[in-house]
Amino acid sequence: MASQLVSTTVNGDPVQFACPTDESLLNVLRDQLGLTGAKEGCGTGDCGACSVTLDGRLVCSCLVLGVEAEGREISTIEGMADGDKLHPLQQQFIDNAALQCGVCTPGFLVAAKALLDKNPSPTEEEIRYALAGNLCRCTGYDKIVRAVQAAAKDMRKLSKKR
Amino acid sequence: MRYESPTTTKEAVALLAGEKGSAYVLAGGTDLMVRLRMDLIEPDLMVDIKRIPVMNEVKKTATGFKIGAAVSSAELGENKALGKAWPGVVEAARLIGSDQVQSRCTIAGNLCNASPAADSVPALVAAGAKAVVVGKSKRRTVAVDKIVTGPGETSLAKDELVEAITLPKRAARSGDAYLRFIPRTEMDIAVVGCAVSLTLARGVVKTARVALGAVAPTVVLVPEAARALIGTKLDDNALEKMAAACSAACDPIDDKRGTIEYRTRVAGVLAKRAAKIAFERAGGK
Ligand SMILES: Cc1cc2nc3c(=O)[nH]c(=O)nc-3n(C[C@H](O)[C@H](O)[C@H](O)COP(=O)(O)OP(=O)(O)OC[C@H]3O[C@@H](n4cnc5c(N)ncnc54)[C@H](O)[C@@H]3O)c2cc1C
Ligand code: FES
Ligand code: FES
Repeated sequence: MASQLVSTTVNGDPVQFACPTDESLLNVLRDQLGLTGAKEGCGTGDCGACSVTLDGRLVCSCLVLGVEAEGREISTIEGMADGDKLHPLQQQFIDNAALQCGVCTPGFLVAAKALLDKNPSPTEEEIRYALAGNLCRCTGYDKIVRAVQAAAKDMRKLSKKR
Repeated sequence: MRYESPTTTKEAVALLAGEKGSAYVLAGGTDLMVRLRMDLIEPDLMVDIKRIPVMNEVKKTATGFKIGAAVSSAELGENKALGKAWPGVVEAARLIGSDQVQSRCTIAGNLCNASPAADSVPALVAAGAKAVVVGKSKRRTVAVDKIVTGPGETSLAKDELVEAITLPKRAARSGDAYLRFIPRTEMDIAVVGCAVSLTLARGVVKTARVALGAVAPTVVLVPEAARALIGTKLDDNALEKMAAACSAACDPIDDKRGTIEYRTRVAGVLAKRAAKIAFERAGGK
């Protein structure tokens, strides 16, 4: 299998890896870079557990080739907390018990952050549409939506202070 | 698999032409990657078109809009001028998949994937969109309804790709709309899709185009449905006639998401609703 050398940026750090050309970005992140936050739930774009951002846009990393990352900027769940300080979304997911097994959680967090970065005060409907590409099989969606609403409020407060 | 990401259309076409085995154009990959992951295809070559500058542009031209083949639906949604001129095309492109899929999927990929249920295609057909097709020795511009020949089949030669989709310049007092029926509210495949584009003169419909998706092996343009609208203000009689023409044009499959009878009936219902929205957007009263 043809392998290719790729230089990219992951969570702000320059990274190089060699990967087979038909390997998904998800497998590269997990198996080569040790970033196992993004999960493979389906591998076909349906569940969103593999969500990351690529040049600032939310994507399913299972539907991106590792070689496509050349020269791009990737952000994963591992880059979300500020050192030991959790992101408001992460904190609110805990406080609202918006997770059980946790397999879907990194994907929901990355997708919710992508939403709030664009739209700091989404309506409940907007949140539900924005998270339609993320499936959860244990918690149910209400707690997740509440957590996103609470985090949006926290984030609006924080940005006012600044 | 060889992966190439050329920076010009010419190089991309030369790569396709030069490959002896199977070669695929990679746009957003939201169809192609699924097929790759499911081992439905074993490409010898993938030509990623996302690094080709002209394919990443949306341009307003003297004759309308030119949308590069690598422009994502998310980007289309952010283009105000396009949304104003062709709201139906943009809403159709914005219905494809989740936000994750939107960041990647393209209308050219939606077209070339050749699914009978592709959401943006009825809107493109109704709009009279054209595909700029580039091959090794020639470049041609063809109506989008000439690209898809059957489920999963296109009229593109092996060395050809779509460089851009063009939309005509919009006449004053025009509007378009796309509606689909799915059992859920998001993330599902159309059971029926319908697009209507029309232009008014002195308050009545002067020209119209009606296209249906998911009710036949390819998206169908229904001239009889358009004729039923022309010269009217969408009175009940005109709408009934149009709905009947739409139902008559259906040749759908029977599956778990919709029976033949259901799809045939819903085609007419959706067409009426889409026509009313298009009429309103054109400023009709
Ligand atoms: C979770 C999920 C949900 C989806 N929901 C919908 C939906 O609601 N509605 C819908 O219509 N579709 C849906 N799709 C299918 C898919 O997202 C669309 O068909 C999309 O528009 C494909 O565009 P792409 O750029 O990703 O194409 P790709 O996957 O890159 O390509 C698709 C096909 O077209 C060919 N191709 C691509 N670009 C060109 C070109 N410029 N010239 C020649 N050939 C080309 C490729 O070789 C391939 O065969 C969904 C997919 C997923 C994974
Ligand atoms: S693993 Fe990528 S969407 Fe499910
Ligand atoms: S917490 Fe288990 S899938 Fe969501």
